[in-house]
Amino acid sequence: MSELVTGERTKDAFRRLVVPELPGLYSLARRLVRDEAEDLVQEALLQSYRAFETLRDDAAAGRWLKTILVNVFRDELRKRVRSVEELPVEEVEGFSLYRTLIEVDPLPYSDTLHQDFLTAFGNEDVREVLLRLPEIYRAPLVLTYMDGFATKEIAHMLDVPLGTVLARLHRGRKRFEREMWAYAEEANLLAGRDDR
Amino acid sequence: MNEAMGSIPCSEAVKKLWDYLDHAVSPEDQEKVEKHLSFCRTCCGELEFARELRTFLASGSALELPVDVRTRLERFVQEL
Repeated sequence: MSELVTGERTKDAFRRLVVPELPGLYSLARRLVRDEAEDLVQEALLQSYRAFETLRDDAAAGRWLKTILVNVFRDELRKRVRSVEELPVEEVEGFSLYRTLIEVDPLPYSDTLHQDFLTAFGNEDVREVLLRLPEIYRAPLVLTYMDGFATKEIAHMLDVPLGTVLARLHRGRKRFEREMWAYAEEANLLAGRDDR
Repeated sequence: MNEAMGSIPCSEAVKKLWDYLDHAVSPEDQEKVEKHLSFCRTCCGELEFARELRTFLASGSALELPVDVRTRLERFVQEL
């Protein structure tokens, strides 16, 4: 690890910067794709190494690496999916998880029904729900609410207009709520959580 | 006089709640949402749940990086 990349940007410096970021990168990759997370991280590492000289602020390495990973994800998605699957607005608009929980009342002894419903979901359950969403809705949701990127940054990363990101976020949130409910029922997630 | 008169309906308010929380609505829409929330208990509940769901997503910790995957990725970095 002593070969110079450019100037002070050595392989050692690259390794020191990226190794602490591996858990965050892998976690983001697993929320974006089902089976190819490790491949996605490797490709992002390769591309970031080639672009290492463009990193101006080492403190921003985590965001920089995640941005490159999302670029790789976007390019792979474009190769695989010729046309994006936009959902009809009416298909997702009508569903309200908040109202469904009140109407069905799956935890009749709970005083904090909505909170208890959410806490039934572990990290891996949330990932399973995310993976049920088409990628075009999943990515903005993960990047906005789990990784804290601004919608303008996401529009740039995914190379789509800001209005498209906002529309996909809206539909993604609705779809996510609906899939949370479906997953909770299918995985019997609430069983035994209401025993008194 | 009905206090809801001139306000947006629940369906429209609910559509805007997440954007309202994200401060991504226009000042006009913000006013409309707040006017609706001032009398609609159900939509106040929807808003509170949207806030909880947003916090829930943000608080999700990183998914585990298995030791064997970490080892392979570190080796990959070494061999670049």
